[in-house]
Amino acid sequence: MKIVDDSPPILTALDRPNSYIGRAVPRPNIARLTQGRAQYVSDVTLPRMAHVAFVRSPHAHAKINSIDAAAAKKAPGVIAVVTGAELSKMITPWVGVLTHLKGIKSAPQHAIAVDRACWAGEAVCAVVARTRAEAEDGCELVQIDYEELAAVTDPETALDPATPVIHPSLGDNLTFERVHVAGDPDKGFAEADEVIETTFVFGRHTGVTNEPRSIVADWNPGDQRMTVYQGTQAPHMMQNLFAKHLGLQEHQVRVITKDVGGSFGIKVHTYADEMAAVALSKLLRRPIKFVADRIESFVTDIHARDHRVKARIGIKNDGSITAWEIDDLTGIGPYSVYPRTSGIEANQVVNLTGGPYTCGNYKARARVVFQNKNVMCQYRAVGHPIATAVTEGLVELAAAKIGMDPLEIRRRNLIPDDAHPSQGPSGIKYEALSNHEALAHLDAMMNYAGLRAEQERLRKQGIYRGIGFASFVEVTNPSAAFYGVGGARISAQDGATVRLDSTGAIFCHIGVSEQGQGAEAVVAQCVASSFGVPMDKVRVIMGDTDNTPYGGGTWASRAAGIGGEAAWQAGKALRQNVLAVAGSILQAKPETLDISNGVVVDKGSNTERIGLDEVARIAYFRPDTLPAGVQAELVATRHYVPRQWAFSFTNGIQASWLEVDTDSGFVTLLKHWCVEDCGTVINPQLVDEQVRGGVVQGIGAALFEHCQYDARGQLLNGNMADYLVPMAVEMPDIEVGHVVTPTADSELGAKGAGEAGTAGAPGSVMNAINDALRPLGAVPLTDMPFTPDKILRALGKV
Amino acid sequence: MSDLRCDISMTVNGEAVHETVDARQTLVDFLREQLVLTGSHVGCEHGVCGACTVRVNGLIVRGCLMLAAQCEGAKVETIEGVSDTGEIADLQDAFERRNALQCGFCTPGMLLTAQELLASGGVPSREKIREHISGNYCRCTGYHAIVDAIEAVAQARNGVKP
Repeated sequence: MKIVDDSPPILTALDRPNSYIGRAVPRPNIARLTQGRAQYVSDVTLPRMAHVAFVRSPHAHAKINSIDAAAAKKAPGVIAVVTGAELSKMITPWVGVLTHLKGIKSAPQHAIAVDRACWAGEAVCAVVARTRAEAEDGCELVQIDYEELAAVTDPETALDPATPVIHPSLGDNLTFERVHVAGDPDKGFAEADEVIETTFVFGRHTGVTNEPRSIVADWNPGDQRMTVYQGTQAPHMMQNLFAKHLGLQEHQVRVITKDVGGSFGIKVHTYADEMAAVALSKLLRRPIKFVADRIESFVTDIHARDHRVKARIGIKNDGSITAWEIDDLTGIGPYSVYPRTSGIEANQVVNLTGGPYTCGNYKARARVVFQNKNVMCQYRAVGHPIATAVTEGLVELAAAKIGMDPLEIRRRNLIPDDAHPSQGPSGIKYEALSNHEALAHLDAMMNYAGLRAEQERLRKQGIYRGIGFASFVEVTNPSAAFYGVGGARISAQDGATVRLDSTGAIFCHIGVSEQGQGAEAVVAQCVASSFGVPMDKVRVIMGDTDNTPYGGGTWASRAAGIGGEAAWQAGKALRQNVLAVAGSILQAKPETLDISNGVVVDKGSNTERIGLDEVARIAYFRPDTLPAGVQAELVATRHYVPRQWAFSFTNGIQASWLEVDTDSGFVTLLKHWCVEDCGTVINPQLVDEQVRGGVVQGIGAALFEHCQYDARGQLLNGNMADYLVPMAVEMPDIEVGHVVTPTADSELGAKGAGEAGTAGAPGSVMNAINDALRPLGAVPLTDMPFTPDKILRALGKV
Repeated sequence: MSDLRCDISMTVNGEAVHETVDARQTLVDFLREQLVLTGSHVGCEHGVCGACTVRVNGLIVRGCLMLAAQCEGAKVETIEGVSDTGEIADLQDAFERRNALQCGFCTPGMLLTAQELLASGGVPSREKIREHISGNYCRCTGYHAIVDAIEAVAQARNGVKP
């Protein structure tokens, strides 16, 4: 199953002479990014384009009694002032529920609030002007009479009878609840020698994409088409939603996504202000541009996490885990976000807690409640950091309780690598995992024994360093089981169309899109390898619903595993088509020919027979010279969706090495390691960078990032000066190692890698801090982010 | 409201520019909107993220914290100009080869900041590199590869073997 240095090596289709699979080739076309020649949506300017700014509610919950737009309408440059009621005639509201999340409910959400604002930052009026500055000037002149309503902000009391119900028609503030019991948890806890119980808290944080959300919508009444330039992760999904809510057919909407300045799950959702911009374009019959400023990003980009998890673990003195129990409560703002819902993360926490371990006695409850705060939804590694930190926090607390080494307790409980296929405590099905091999690899990579000795030596000098681990499983390559079965029109499959051009190069049109991960490179590597041309002969076209096969886009680490496989298969199919024509020209059987390095060769001997440019020339310009009945088809399309397994579960383990200053409470990260198994590694450099970037996002959650609200629902730190993000000086070097367990679901065997870093980093940092402070008798820290004051409190110093 | 307009003259990427601007207009908005030089980016608009970094009279500045009107008579350089002169070709090449960028939105600012450090001479330590670029926010990379790329260029420019 594992690709290791076996002898003799097993030759596969990936071992073609000119294969790019597994090679750290640079991404094509990134010089445009280093030279400042990219085209982000915020760079797009169209003729007659106007800019929109929004008046946003200053209250977390308020009735809108009246809006006086008279002065704003007369302001210089102002083209229109549009209220929610006026815009609702152009665009219908939406409800973010999925049928497979049983019982999930939400209320209709409008593009601009009508009658009532439900969070501080919700748009209540739009001002369209010649420039953004003039639109903002106009916003200041809009007079709105609000009647402030009681705000629901504390998830702990959201379900109390005394708490107001945010949407009275729903009956209560419960969005979604899931209870799951597996095995015999009561018996498991009864058999335990020790039961460790604690509460983990995960603060709200957000994506802070470097480029804010941006959209340019261009309704052309002349051809009755809407062209939307949008920094989105899912162009076809947005095409469907714009059409549905504007009363158009899908073919009347084109979504174009060029360069995207960061996404991480933030840009895969439906945002009211973006829907408003599209509706305003239709209403005003001209291009409308909306670029969120940083404050708008903080109060409207989806927030993430915000969980409180009461959790316990049963453990025997020999280290065996006997039972798990979690009770997760999460607050999601006033609406379940459309169309993916805000219930998926809590569902994922139930799915993944205890994930890598053999103990199947598991009891879980997750409740998702409404609040008058900004909406909360899926962000990178949905639910993973919560489930992993809870699981791994419990495992290390248990190890400390019985005096066992944290790696040893994992060795005794992780699912054996030869036990697969298997299933996790929640019933999720694993095709194959390599937790033990990953652990052994990490142990060697970090010189664990040496590090422990150094830790011990430094402790005697009053220097407190800690080592923390986090094993994890990671959900990637989602099949239709993720959204499609719940009724959302989000494509699980992706397609690739490849075409030989007249000079022998390849165009590949594909549904997955580039967000900076290097999807374009991976697709080019796959096509070049399976078809048989150098990579510089492949041009990849993405992010255009008029010009790419229908697909899901790039999220949940699906671009390489699903998009890459579609591209690989399309390249193979085109090779057959080209060889059929070449065979006709050469009067040879196609099966005796091959394509290598851009030339048709004799299979086996690699003797050159005819260049691809010559095949194309004959096929396109002199088809009259081909035998009668031969029609060259120099284009091929293939689609791919995982069928055997609902998801490709990947796995890995991280370790954090850090120092805590016990006087100031500051944490200095010294080094971080991650060993990951994403199946076939198509491009090791891109995988390493995905993991590293993910680790830093996870470290941000562990140490810095926190959307802080007051009791009235006001965000207190909605700017980058007060909301701390990881900068270079605080971050450690991050070493990445690989174990390779390909999925048998696809020919390439690639799984995703994008969630791994974010999944494991918070838990490993938490465990390292607690490891550092354990000799000082500190109360274990379980409330993220771990700020200096929390550390000093744990030490009893403040 | 902006009633105040000013006439300004400056050199941008070696070309003479004479424009009328709102007194309140920031340098980066002026470059992006009026001159359509979109290589400098707007990230946070309050001086934290560094995406808007440009050079004014040889020094890097935050384009969002400087007004266009303050640049009267100045020599302004953006990533477009610095790319075209070839001044940082080795740095750009190192970023591309090491994938020291993902979405690329921070990259123009990151490159200009890195070039300032490298132009001061010597081979800075990894800690020094991290400190110098700590005003440039990158959400994608984890910084490790950026530090690698800058370190490698510093070594190459100083004839030091890695």
